[in-house]
Amino acid sequence: MNITELTVHELQEKLKNKELTVTEITKAYVKRIEEKEKNVQAFVTPLTEQAIKKSEEIQSKLDKGEKLGEFTGIPIGIKDNICTKGIKTTCSSKMLENFVSPYDATVIEKLNKEELINLGKLNMDEFAMGGSTEYSYFKKTRNPWNLNKVPGGSSGGSAAAVSSEMVPWALGSDTGGSIRQPASFCGVVGLKPTYGLVSRYGLVAFASSLDQIGPITKDVRDSAMLLNLITGHDSKDTTSVEREKIDYTKCLEKEIKGLKIGVPKEFFGEGINKEVKEKLEKAMQIYKTLGAEIEEFSLDVAEYSLATYYIIACAEASSNLGRFDGIRYTYRTPEYKNLKEIYKKSRSEGFGAEVKRRIILGTYVLSSGYYDAYYKKAQQVRTLVMKEFNKGFEKYDVILTPTSPTVAFDIGSKSNNPLEMYLADICTVSVNIAGLPGISIPCGVDSQGMPIGMQLIGNKFEEEKILNAAYQFEKTINFRENYKPQYK
Amino acid sequence: MSRQDYEVIIGLEVHSELSTKTKIFCSCPTKFGAAPNTQICPICMAMPGTLPVLNEKVVEYAVKAGLATNCEISQNSKNDRKNYFYPDLPKAYQISQYDKPLCEHGYIEIETKEGKKKIRLTRIHIEEDAGKLNHDELGGGSLVDLNRAGVPLIEIVSEPDLRSAEEVEAYLRKLKSILEYIEVSDCKMQEGSYRADVNVSVRKKGDTKLGTRTEMKNMNSFRSIVRAIEYEVDRQIDILEDGGKIEQETLRWDDVSGKTFSMRDKEDAQDYRYFPDPDLVAIKLSDEYIENIKNTLPEMPESRKERYLKEYKLSEKDAKLITSSKYLSDLFEKAIEVCNNPKAVNNWIISDISRILNEKELEASDIPFSSKDLGKLVILIDKGTISSSIGKKVLEELFENPKDPEEIIKEKGWIQISDEGAIKEIVLKILEANPQSVADYKAGKEKALGFLVGQAMKETKGKANPQMLNKMFKEEMQ
Repeated sequence: MNITELTVHELQEKLKNKELTVTEITKAYVKRIEEKEKNVQAFVTPLTEQAIKKSEEIQSKLDKGEKLGEFTGIPIGIKDNICTKGIKTTCSSKMLENFVSPYDATVIEKLNKEELINLGKLNMDEFAMGGSTEYSYFKKTRNPWNLNKVPGGSSGGSAAAVSSEMVPWALGSDTGGSIRQPASFCGVVGLKPTYGLVSRYGLVAFASSLDQIGPITKDVRDSAMLLNLITGHDSKDTTSVEREKIDYTKCLEKEIKGLKIGVPKEFFGEGINKEVKEKLEKAMQIYKTLGAEIEEFSLDVAEYSLATYYIIACAEASSNLGRFDGIRYTYRTPEYKNLKEIYKKSRSEGFGAEVKRRIILGTYVLSSGYYDAYYKKAQQVRTLVMKEFNKGFEKYDVILTPTSPTVAFDIGSKSNNPLEMYLADICTVSVNIAGLPGISIPCGVDSQGMPIGMQLIGNKFEEEKILNAAYQFEKTINFRENYKPQYK
Repeated sequence: MSRQDYEVIIGLEVHSELSTKTKIFCSCPTKFGAAPNTQICPICMAMPGTLPVLNEKVVEYAVKAGLATNCEISQNSKNDRKNYFYPDLPKAYQISQYDKPLCEHGYIEIETKEGKKKIRLTRIHIEEDAGKLNHDELGGGSLVDLNRAGVPLIEIVSEPDLRSAEEVEAYLRKLKSILEYIEVSDCKMQEGSYRADVNVSVRKKGDTKLGTRTEMKNMNSFRSIVRAIEYEVDRQIDILEDGGKIEQETLRWDDVSGKTFSMRDKEDAQDYRYFPDPDLVAIKLSDEYIENIKNTLPEMPESRKERYLKEYKLSEKDAKLITSSKYLSDLFEKAIEVCNNPKAVNNWIISDISRILNEKELEASDIPFSSKDLGKLVILIDKGTISSSIGKKVLEELFENPKDPEEIIKEKGWIQISDEGAIKEIVLKILEANPQSVADYKAGKEKALGFLVGQAMKETKGKANPQMLNKMFKEEMQ
C-alpha cells in the first residue's frame, strides 16, 4: 500500500480498520518529504521530527486503549501565514524570517484540539502577494506536474505539497484566488469559503475584507471534511459569522439532476487559453449528462473586478503591513542614525519588490485627494459586483468558470511583468470582492499534460451546493486515477 | 492697535481616558501605574494576525458622555484607521473614528463674567490610546511601554467658541465635572487621563474670517493651559502688530521658560490616510439602547447645586464649589448621612479640606480618607469628645495616615478633658498663677477671661473642653 497516495478519508478508514497506525502514516509522509522536497521546495519550515514525536505520543495513547478522535493523528501542512505558537511564521518574508508567534491562530487551535499532526509550514508568495510563489523570500516552489513550471500562488507551497503527496492535505489562504489558482495549477482541489465562515484570527492579514483560510486537498470529500474542522464563529474575529454548524460531507452524494448552472460568457472571452476553454466546455457536457441545466448568461463584473480588487487589496495591505516597522518582532536594519532610518531602511530591506509595489499602490489610493477617485469608487464598484452576482444567483445555483485563464506557466516567465501576473487572477478575484465561496477542481489536462482547473462559485454560505456539484463531477471524470503528475 | 482690538478664538480637543476595566479592543486591564509591558497581549502588541474586538462598554460610556453633553447620538457609526508611524503605535495605525463619530452637535454651559455661555461641541468619538516611550532609562535609547496602548479614549472636540483663557478653564472644569458625574472617566490630569489639545488664533475685532491657528498638544494642567494661552495670544498679536504672519503649526508649551516652541517641521505634514477599519463591523445602535443609557444618567451638578441650596441652605458660592467636583459632592452627601450636620461638613470641605488640597496640589479624587471618616470627625466634635482645634489636627492626620478618627485621637491622646474635677483643678491652678487677670476680670475687663481660657488650653495642649473652662472660670471668679 502506498500510504501517501491515499486521501484523508481513506486514511481514516485504514486507521479505523487498524490496517495502519498513526505512526506509520506520519513516517510515510516524512519519508516522502525527504525524497521529494529537494525538488519541489514546498516547505519553509518542515516539522518532520516533531511530527514523528507527536505521532508516537498519540500512538502510545492509542495503544493504551484511549479512544481515537475522527482526525487524531492525521498529518497536515500549514501555509506559512497562519500563526502557530512556538513555530516560525514567516509569511515567506525576510521581514518575519525569525518571527515565532506567541499564539495559535483559531484554525490551528481547532486542528490541535482534534490532534492533527503539523508536518510543516508551507511556502507562499511573500505576504500572500503573488500568483506563482516566485515572490517568496526563501525559495521558489516548483509545480509537481512539471518542475519547470510555477505551482501558482500565493498558496503554492500548500498546493504543491498536496499534489506531490508530501502532505495529505493543507491549509491555504485566499485573498484574490490564492487557494483556487494554485490548486488549479497543481491538479488538486482548493476551496475558498464564504467571507466570515472561517475565523481570520491568526491569519497574518493581507487584505482584511477579502482574506479567508480554506482547504487544499486531493479530492472534494477531503475539502468538505477539512472545512468541517475549521468553520465556526470566533469571538476573536467580529467579521466571522454565527451560523448553525453544517456537516459538509452530507451534501456530496446528492444527485445534481436539475441543478442550474450559469456560465458567464465574459469569463470565456479574450485572454482565455484555447485548451482551457475546450476542457471547460467538455466539463459542461459532463454536467449535462449528470442532469444539470447549463445556461450561458452575462455577468458584467470581470472587467471591473480586477481593478477594484487591486485598489481595495493594496489599500488594506498598505495599512495592515505598517506594523512591520523594524521596532519589535521584525527584521531591523543593522545600521541607522535615527527613527526615520529604522523605518525606511528596515522596510526597504525587509520587504520584497512585489510587497513594496502593493504598499506604494495602496498608500497612493488612500492619500488625501485620491481617496474618492480610487478607494471610494472601488467600494462602490464592489457593491455593484455583489449586486451582479446576486442577480446571477436568482437564476442559478452555481456559476461555472475557469479558475485561471491559463495552465501553470514557466518559472520566471511573468515574474518581471506584474500586470500580466495580475491578469492571472481575473477569474478568481470577483469571488473575493463579493465574499462568495468558490472551489477549484481539476477538469482535465492540456496537451502538455498540465492540469486545468474549473471554478464553481456559490451564493453566500452555499458551500454545500458547490461541494455537491464538484463531487459529482469528480466522481464522473475520476481525475486522480486517470491523470498523474510527472512527479509520481 | 492694542491687545483690546483683537478677538481671541480658541477651540479644544479634549482626550479623556474611559474608566473601563479592560482595553478597547482586547481584554487587558487598564489600571494605571503597572510595571512596563505587564498589561499587554498579542492584540494590543499588534502581533501579526491578531484582530480587534470592540469593547461594548466603551460605546456605552461614549454615548453616556454624548447624552450628558446634549449631543445627538449616531445610530450608524463605524471605526476608521488613522495611519502613521511611531514606535508607541504598534499597529502603525490608530483605530479611531473619522466621518461618523458616535456623538455630534452637543453643547455645555459655562459661567463667564457676562453670565452663562453655551460652548458647542462638534463631536465626541471613541479611539484607542497609544503606548508610551520611556527615554534614556537604560543608558541611551528609548524603550516602548505598551501598557497604555489600547486604553479607550473619547475625544471631545469643541467648536471655536471660547474667547479667553478663563473661558477655557471654565469649560475644561465643567467638562471634567460632567465626565466625573456620569462616571465614565476619572479625569486624573497628572496621570494623563484628561488632557487637551488647544487651538488658538486671534483676529481683529469685527473680522469674520478666522485667523491662522496654532495647536498645543497634550496639555494636562489647568495652570499650564491658562499660561500657555495667555502667552500664545500675546505672541500672535505681537507678530501681527509687527506686520508678520502666523504659521499654522504645532507648538510645545514649556512650563519652565513659560514659552511655546515649534515642534514639527512642515516636511512632516501628515496625511493619515483614514479609511474604514475592515476588521470591525459597523456600530449600529437602536433607539432602545440609547434610551436605556439615557435612563442611567445620574443627577448632574446644576441640579445637585439647586438641591443643596434648598435642602441644606448652603450659600450659592459653597454649593457651587462642592458640586463642581463629584468627589467633593459625594463626600459631602455621604458624610452628612453619617453625622447629620450639613453645616459642619460644608465648613470642613470649604475651608480646611480645600485648603489642604491646594497646599498639597491634590485633586478631590485624591482625598485619601472616606466620607465615613469625615462624618465621624464631625460627630466627635459635636459630642465634645474633641475640640474643633483638635479636629483640624485630626483632619491633617487623615490626609497623612487615614484611619478611623476615633482611633487617631486615642492613639495620639487627643481626647478632650471634660471631667469636672480635672477641669476644676486646671482652672484653680491658672487662677492662682494669674492674679492680675483675675483682678482685671473683676474690674469688668471681659478680655481677661479669654486670656485665662487660653492659658488653660495651653496647659492642656488644647484638650480641655473650652465651654466647660469658660463656665468654670466665670463661676470661680464670681
